[in-house]
Amino acid sequence: MPLLKLEGVSRDFDVSRPWLNRVLEHEPRRLLRAVDRVSFEVATGETLALVGESGCGKSTVARLIVGLYQPTEGRVEYGGRRMQMIFQDPYASLNPRWRVRDIVEEPIRALRTPARVDKLLLQVGLSADDGEKYPHEFSGGQRQRISIARALAGEPDFLVCDEPTSALDVSVQAQILNLMSDLQARLGLTYLFISHNLAVVSQIADRVGVMYFGRIVELATAAELFAHPRHPYTRMLLDAVPDLGMTGKPRTPVAGEVPNPLAPPSGCAFHPRCPHANERCRAEVPAVIDDVACHAVQEGRI
Amino acid sequence: MILEVVGLKVEFPTRRGTLTALDGISFSIAPGEVLGVVGESGAGKSITGLAIIGLLEPPGRIAAGEVRLEGRRIDNLPQEELRRLRGRRIGVVFQDPLTSLNPLYTIGRQLEETILTHLSLSKSEARLRALSLLREVGIPAPEGRYHHYPHQFSGGMRQRVVIALALAAEPQLLIADEPTTALDVSIQAQIITLLKRLAQERGTAVMLITHDMGVIAETAQRVAVMYAGRIVELGAVRDVIHAPKHPYTVGLMGSIPRIAAKRSRLVQIDGAMPRLNAIPPGCAFNPRCPRRFEPCTVKRPELMPAGTSLAACWLHAAA
Repeated sequence: MPLLKLEGVSRDFDVSRPWLNRVLEHEPRRLLRAVDRVSFEVATGETLALVGESGCGKSTVARLIVGLYQPTEGRVEYGGRRMQMIFQDPYASLNPRWRVRDIVEEPIRALRTPARVDKLLLQVGLSADDGEKYPHEFSGGQRQRISIARALAGEPDFLVCDEPTSALDVSVQAQILNLMSDLQARLGLTYLFISHNLAVVSQIADRVGVMYFGRIVELATAAELFAHPRHPYTRMLLDAVPDLGMTGKPRTPVAGEVPNPLAPPSGCAFHPRCPHANERCRAEVPAVIDDVACHAVQEGRI
Repeated sequence: MILEVVGLKVEFPTRRGTLTALDGISFSIAPGEVLGVVGESGAGKSITGLAIIGLLEPPGRIAAGEVRLEGRRIDNLPQEELRRLRGRRIGVVFQDPLTSLNPLYTIGRQLEETILTHLSLSKSEARLRALSLLREVGIPAPEGRYHHYPHQFSGGMRQRVVIALALAAEPQLLIADEPTTALDVSIQAQIITLLKRLAQERGTAVMLITHDMGVIAETAQRVAVMYAGRIVELGAVRDVIHAPKHPYTVGLMGSIPRIAAKRSRLVQIDGAMPRLNAIPPGCAFNPRCPRRFEPCTVKRPELMPAGTSLAACWLHAAA
């Protein structure tokens, strides 16, 4: 039994103009589909990463899972006890007027266990004295540690992490990623890790879902995905990551941009940028078969 | 050399004493060369760019050192002359393209205005030049987009327009401060390719400021690594990436996640970069350094030869 299961989850947003304009200018209601029939499972103790470019719907999926949004279609099933969320911006997600102790304690205030705050702070690499300080006295990396301590306060078994290291410097990012791995090993946590950074994902994820234009276009184990990417979009993303090894490998320049969600392309949403697109791709939306949504892969063309 | 910076020191006087934001920064950039300046937030890389173009926010000031553009000193020029220099001979690209574009003017008008300010061309010549610039930075069918406003462009296209603006007067030096940071990875690769091509084809010297070593690896020939307002290592990109000489660079390279089919633990540098009011004596990195020894806490190391690079580290002092 998976800890979390999404079945054909979609979410529409109403982006219509105001009612009066619609009536006077005879405009229909306009819906933007941010997440389109997304299905996946997360097993206890694993890290599933969702990766994609801005606007691909990965953060909306996170919000659907924690219940900040309700799905328009489909269902989200959660078999665990508690879930918590860690956000990207450690400056915006901590109340600047509260002491760290109060911030960390808030989710468990009803339990009246002051000693636990010290333990939580130590667990994320801060000291018990740090509880008396205010958020502005901490660097970005330390603030993210405070966010993690707060998330762990309620003893969740599942953490939804939305770009938790994207606002941090690379050496601080390494500290936070290592901390997250340690906590997972020690506490048996399950992570959903949202990121745009493939290199970060390859260091933390057991399985990876690649999102494009609201859909999961490929889902595979991290080892499989990075060694043998199947979907042309995954290949393109991997190719676009700057090459630190300086092997001088020729890079296929990535053409085009993510399409406008208000005017989605026909057929496969990736076809305008895809080097393997043909008539069928332009006409028919590919179904997810064997964890990849691509006609060319399914037909054995690539 | 297009740009030479010698012993640059920038100070911010505050009520609680003077903060030294940059201390003894020296480097140069040749025509057609891309110099990467890499460092974490607060290392002083953006301040270096701002000091060169004379846009330090008061009370920040250049306290010592010189900035020379094609051999001529520019750090002591009056504001008005500096203003003409920016745009004409130094182009600047910032991280967020929206802050560099006026939302009320079409991009065509903004380009024409910049061209007419700096070059003596007729209006129709300026328009032709604007169109050819847009084509050069990779905007498809520029005639059709000439009368569009910035909000009608995507992020990547906007950054292209900003680069076209920066190049409008054929500057000798282009300072690009995190030009790809706000962009998605696929668009980032397009902008990197564009910057590289422009440096090669036009012989423009490019100072590329970024926190992303991957971008430097793809774009620059040499790289300066900054830490706490100082350059700690300077050398060819290949050498600095494959055989870093300063312990900070070693830690920084190890902490960068790389795409690998197998998960591994990242190297981490414990602690954080010191704040400007608490830079330790000696080497600024010494409290975090795994290889600290006696001179490090006492005496500040200057850049010294270390293999084919330069490193500010006592490990490389000639015995």
